[in-house]
This record gives sequence, structure tokens and C-alpha cells, in this order.
Amino acid sequence: MSFSLYGALEGARRCAPIAVSGFAIGLVFGVLARQAGIGAAETVLMSALVFSGAAQFVVLGLWTAPLPVATIVLTTLIIGLRHLLMGAALSPWFSKLPRLKAYGSVYFMADENWAFAMNEFTKGRRDAAFLLGGGLAMVVSWTSATLIGRTVGDALEEPSRWGLDFAFTAIFLALLVGMWRGKSDLLPWVAAAAVAVAADAWLPGQWYILLGGLAGSIAGAVRSGY
Amino acid sequence: MLTILLMALATYVTRAGGLWLANRLTLSERMEAWLGYIPGAILVSLVAPAVLASGLPETLAGLAVVLVALRTGSLPLAMVVGVGAVLLFRTLGSGLA
Repeated sequence: MSFSLYGALEGARRCAPIAVSGFAIGLVFGVLARQAGIGAAETVLMSALVFSGAAQFVVLGLWTAPLPVATIVLTTLIIGLRHLLMGAALSPWFSKLPRLKAYGSVYFMADENWAFAMNEFTKGRRDAAFLLGGGLAMVVSWTSATLIGRTVGDALEEPSRWGLDFAFTAIFLALLVGMWRGKSDLLPWVAAAAVAVAADAWLPGQWYILLGGLAGSIAGAVRSGY
Repeated sequence: MLTILLMALATYVTRAGGLWLANRLTLSERMEAWLGYIPGAILVSLVAPAVLASGLPETLAGLAVVLVALRTGSLPLAMVVGVGAVLLFRTLGSGLA
């Protein structure tokens, strides 16, 4: 497993369309953070350090005085639980890296660059810096968009008006098409879809990602005879 | 400010935790089979509610994305088609309603 500048640049290049869509969402986050009364420095720091669109948008709704710190941190933790599965899935490749590189890289692991990186690794490409490069492109775009949105304020409109909310869905779908390994994927994918749709309908927040991911992967392992 | 630092810590714990745990356990064949199914299952879960349960425009746009991805294999093109298609179908939908 190598870890090169070339790999990082390749990751940044491949994630560029995602970073652009993320920019639009980041603008909206900045605007909403201003409306929620979060200070400019804090808003920008949140995007740079937490770097999780899902967690940040949900937390906006909790941002009232006095600040419910425990609730906010717990909510962030729960929304992040899907990362546990994603990190575990990286381990066959990342366990061969020096610790600093592995644990430094996962700081920048988001749904999108993780999905791209898994796609690369399962196709046999072996440059672990791909995840980091994609993540850096995304965090720079996300944080600068947050700053602009926080500064510019109300002049912006909902991204759903332009269909941009569908950009991520489209990328994930297209990646899925490339991940299809044959009939053995049918049962786990159907199980994941059914559980995710049900969980999204009946449970609050982001539980559907974790539950669907668990249901699908367990169904797959069971079907393979384990 | 402390809240934000704690949020950052909570997110990092989840980002590093899966890798940490998986590195510490010796992977049985069963575990490896399970890990192999995670990426597809997570991606399916991420898109399923948006594509299957949001409405007809999203389902049709999803279909368009799958077709473009199958035909061309190009992710940026699939994304552009998806955004364009959802915009078109939503506009048509609200025009009819």
C-alpha cells in the first residue's frame, strides 16, 4: 500500500465534482448558522473541525441558549456511528499503513471520498492517500463556502430549488453501479434498501444509514454461508 | 467553542473507531466477508430513501443516473444528468399539480 502525493492529487481530482456540490451546501449551512445565531468564527471552525454536513445541519436545530452541550455532542456521536462501519471497511488496506498516516487520513473521511476510495481499492489501486486528497479538497471547499454563506447571509436560496440536493445521491448511485459484483449482491442490497427506507420513515435523523448498512452487510455475510 | 471541540472529538472517535477496532481483532473469514459487503450496503442505504421514497421525480432521475452510469461509466456525467433530470421532473411535476 503506497501513500503518495500523486495518490492524494488523484483523490482530489476525482472528488472535485463532489467538492463543488458540497460548496453549494456549505453556503446554505453558513446562512442557516447565521440565522441560528452561531458566531462567524465558531461556524467556520465547526465546518473545519467537525466536517460532517449531516451532524452540522442537525445541530443547528439544537442551538438554543442555554446551549444543550451534552445533547449536541451525543447527537453528533450518534450521527457519526456509520463512520464505524466505514472505517472497519477500510481496515484491510489501512492496517498496512503507518499509524499517523492511517489515523490522520480518517480524520478527513466523509461519505463521498470514502465511497470513491473504496471503489479505487476494490479495483486494485493501491494508493491510500486517495482518501486524504479527496477529503482535503472537500474540507477546503466546505469550510470556505461556510465562511462565505455566514458572511453573505440571506441572499442565497435553497439548493433543492436547483436540484443540487440530488447531486450526492446521483454520485452514490453511479458508484453503486460500478460496485455491482453479480447476483451475490442482490440480497444484501435489497435488505439494505428495505431497512434504510423503513428506518428513514420511522426513526428520526440518520439512523437509516447505519441500520441499512448493518442489515445489508450481515445479510451478505450470512448468505455467503457464514 | 468548547461545544464545537467536543463535537469534533465525537466525530473523530467514530471516524477512527471502526479502523481501530478492525485492526485489533484478527479477522476471521466471516468478518472479512462481512467487511466486503459494507460499502455496497452503506451506499444503498444512503440513496434508498431519496430514490425510492421521495417521489416519482427522484425515482425517475435515479433511473436516468443508473442508465448513464451503465452506458458511460462517467461519474461527473452521471451527476450532471441526475441533477438536470431531477430538476426537470420536479418542474414537470409541479406544473401538472
